[in-house]
Amino acid sequence: MGARYFGAAVKRREDPRFLRGEGRFLDDVTLPGLLHAAFLRSPHAHARITAVRTEAAAAMPGVVRVFAFADLERWMKPLPLFGAPPPGLAAAIRFDLRQAPQYPLCRDRTRYVGEIVAMVVADSRARAEDAAERIEVEWAPLPPVTDMRAAAETGAPLLHPEWATNVAVGFTHAIGDAAAAFADAEVTLEETFTIQRYVGMPLEGRGVVAAWDRRDGTLTTWNSTQVSHFVQQGLAAVLELPPHKVRVIAPDLGGGFGTKASGYAEDALIPIAARVLGRPVKWVEDRREHMVGAAHARHQVHAIALAARRDGTILAVRDRIWLDLGAYNVWGIVLPYNTVAHLIGPYRIRNLHVDVKGVVTNKTPNAPYRGAGRPETVFAMDRAVDCLARRLAMDPADIRRRNYIRPDELPYDFGMPYRDGNPLVYDTGDFPAALEAALNAVGYDELRREQGRLRTDGVHRGLGISGYVEGTAIGPFEGATVKLDLSGRVSVATGAVNSGQGHETTFAQIAADTLGVPLDWVTVIGGDTAAVPFGIGTFASRSAVTAGNSIADAAHEVRQKLVQAAALLLEASPADIDIEDGRAAVRGVPASAVPLARVIQAAIPTFARPGVVSPDFEATAYHHVPTVTYASAVHVAHVEVDVGTGLVKLLRYVVAHDCGKVINPLIVEGQVHGGVAQGVGGALYEEMVYDESGQLLTGTLMDYLVPTAMELPPIETVHLEFPSSRNPLGVKGLGEGGAISPPAAIANAVDDALAPYGVRITATPASPARILALIEPRRL
Amino acid sequence: MKPPPFAYVAPRTLAETLEHLAAAGDDAKVLAGGQSLVPMLNLRLARPALIVDINRVAGLDRLVTENGRLRVGALVRQRGLERWAAREVPLLAAGLRLVGHVAIRNRGTVAGSIAHADPASELPALLLCLDGTVVAESRRGRREIAAAALFQGPLVTALAADELITETRFELPGAGAGWGFHEVARRHGDFALVGVAAVIAREGGRVARARVAVFGAAPTTVRAEAAEHALVGHEPTPKQIAEAAEAGAAALAPVDDLHASAGYRRRVARTLLERALTDAGGRGAA
Repeated sequence: MGARYFGAAVKRREDPRFLRGEGRFLDDVTLPGLLHAAFLRSPHAHARITAVRTEAAAAMPGVVRVFAFADLERWMKPLPLFGAPPPGLAAAIRFDLRQAPQYPLCRDRTRYVGEIVAMVVADSRARAEDAAERIEVEWAPLPPVTDMRAAAETGAPLLHPEWATNVAVGFTHAIGDAAAAFADAEVTLEETFTIQRYVGMPLEGRGVVAAWDRRDGTLTTWNSTQVSHFVQQGLAAVLELPPHKVRVIAPDLGGGFGTKASGYAEDALIPIAARVLGRPVKWVEDRREHMVGAAHARHQVHAIALAARRDGTILAVRDRIWLDLGAYNVWGIVLPYNTVAHLIGPYRIRNLHVDVKGVVTNKTPNAPYRGAGRPETVFAMDRAVDCLARRLAMDPADIRRRNYIRPDELPYDFGMPYRDGNPLVYDTGDFPAALEAALNAVGYDELRREQGRLRTDGVHRGLGISGYVEGTAIGPFEGATVKLDLSGRVSVATGAVNSGQGHETTFAQIAADTLGVPLDWVTVIGGDTAAVPFGIGTFASRSAVTAGNSIADAAHEVRQKLVQAAALLLEASPADIDIEDGRAAVRGVPASAVPLARVIQAAIPTFARPGVVSPDFEATAYHHVPTVTYASAVHVAHVEVDVGTGLVKLLRYVVAHDCGKVINPLIVEGQVHGGVAQGVGGALYEEMVYDESGQLLTGTLMDYLVPTAMELPPIETVHLEFPSSRNPLGVKGLGEGGAISPPAAIANAVDDALAPYGVRITATPASPARILALIEPRRL
Repeated sequence: MKPPPFAYVAPRTLAETLEHLAAAGDDAKVLAGGQSLVPMLNLRLARPALIVDINRVAGLDRLVTENGRLRVGALVRQRGLERWAAREVPLLAAGLRLVGHVAIRNRGTVAGSIAHADPASELPALLLCLDGTVVAESRRGRREIAAAALFQGPLVTALAADELITETRFELPGAGAGWGFHEVARRHGDFALVGVAAVIAREGGRVARARVAVFGAAPTTVRAEAAEHALVGHEPTPKQIAEAAEAGAAALAPVDDLHASAGYRRRVARTLLERALTDAGGRGAA
């Protein structure tokens, strides 16, 4: 296989249609006789439902049917739950794990504002919304639980009384002997850090269209999801159909970020309505619904302590961690254990003790969002390390130089499992090199000198560093089918949905190189369950590794079939056949070259003769990955703080990162930029705020502040390529990385800028009001 | 997020428009640029029975200057005024550049933003700072309302339900006047947490006249009269400006909200008053 496309800066093949406004998103799906759904969502954070009356709503103009729980009881099965510990992890750690069933429509109790109580189906969305206002519900309010630490205490009001606690995930974990290390330490440092509730905010919200064909008993649903095969499994159970009678199609997605990878009530409710009514039904989430109905994320408190020598060597870390999981604990141990598995990151720390409580509260359920526990834990760790450096009068770069794991220590075995149950062993990388590369790119030493000069003029600039090592591409596999048509053109189908990652480009690069065909011969289909029987989906920075290697495997198998057929056609040995640029030839005999179309046609039986081989130019592969690959990066932020207003201006942002072999540097940079933008949102702008009664105060994009291009600095990317040893392509996951370090790097930079005031940033977002409140009592 | 049902009319003349408003009483809303009204409809926060779309009404899109006064018709878009002001009245341009984004300003009207009367938006403050008025017309007649009398509370004005702003009028600052405009918003284009618009005219080095409006720091945009008084008759020295800023901020009555406390707003108003007055002092002729 020649690498003609792999590694090249191929322009994104999907962009022309998006740039022309010709993307086919969920809302572009329309069908004859289409009906529209709207939902009545709970206005209460916590309440019992004693009656739902739908008669007045049902009598409204255009209304086809109104459904409450009792009307659909036959179809009401709990929504999917994820995140039970895999065997290797369950053997190592005793998890106290509770997950509660959530029904698509509330049965008799609501546990967050926005939970769906009833569904109206009408001939237009506007009329469905008019009718939803007329549904009468009798509520018996219950005391709301909104503070994660208070919720974890005994005596707190309970969300799920049968649990007798609000702690949904509890565990402790240790490596080494943290107690001894703390007892002997020359220096200890303790601080509490809070990272706020902030969420994936895809430009396109979620949406579902479903059509029931009673002639053959088939349900077809279009769903703006990252995980069409998961949706298929859930629907097969709900509708009591074999999976092949449920086709789930993910059309073009306007972003996903994990928000579209959870299991949702609407995924089931729209197909149920289509099944019951025998007519196609559509629902497109509006932004107000998205704020309360789509998964929330982040939101942790870390009471972290470091033990160190006076020379800056970190000996141990101790952390008490609370996670606010929202109302049901949909994702089991995923967020809590991700948080623990990424706490130490690039640091050489052999002693760890954590005590973790994942708590349910009366808020929208949490799910993994780009980073999934890593931005939170890296914020706590890298802020703590900067506080330690300040205490020891060390430069933040120097304390990292002293403690980062060196490349000669790799593979580095933590002596604990990763979340997939396999040993947590870093495969490849060079964290000190990434640190130096990022510092050089930003011009660290010069900016340090400039910092002192500017301070005398009242200009407060700061530098902040953060590094992470990220387990990417969780297995166990992804499905891919590669097949050729009569003209030798290639269709690649995979369970990995493209939610903006550029799969139509990178997957085509892999397939074209492996097969020996031009790039534009390849069509990539992601997320159609009819196109590949088994699949998982796109999340956890997994698609390049899992789908990419499956595509390479399948394409390799198809190439072998082509070689066999060409050998027979050209009367040569298979070992002498070359395939290049869509033509097969006997090596060294250019005149023998034939187009692949001829090879394929020679395999098709005719009236005169059978084909040279069976015309089977198709293969499906499910590449199994042994465990995750470890991507890593060091980010450096350069900021200026206006001490008169508290405003932070991002001046520059540098990322030096390793994602293994780079398939396409343009796409890699785009991924880094997008991730950094979301990280900037977490650092400075975005926060889902609830009041004490569990009402969401940030219900629109006027109050929930997503950064725009205007707020972003130039982002510079340095690629370090350390191929993974864990898959044939040598690639590592990339999608989430950009979002992990910005909260820590930017908070460190703000803290550094304000060093003359001696303030300490312990929470994000670092809003102007928060910053001024820190500065004001310490004005010089 | 669809609006509740409403009736819709798109009159062609002012008389017809005023007729509709008179007939509908409190149940009508005027649609011009729609940048505030349409989101409020979609959120079902506004539920008018009738939408009176004035975009087809002839004669409301004029932008003229006359005897040192700028007259802006009801259908002049924010972007249109911004472009005109870039050469003529840099203060107006500076403030308008911070109203939403270009796409919003291409649709949003000057009069619409003023009629909406958000206490944290730029145009009401510019109107106040430039001794502006609005011309309100109804079937009952026509009156001119000064900015100070127009803004009565958050999203509340002195306009009656049947009145339409047909024109906004700004006094053009004199040739030698200096100006300053500063605001703090969480993101570019957001409503301000706090902002200040200032004009200073000097004679013989001393401040002869000062107009300072603060927005985002009270239930309406307000004149910082204490700051104006502290300056008039003095040279705008850093010390004098600091005193004026201190006095101006002390007189404010800001409120807490999600994005900033009252204390933050007062503190930052002082910072921005100082910056805007310093700019105004530096820009004007002595």
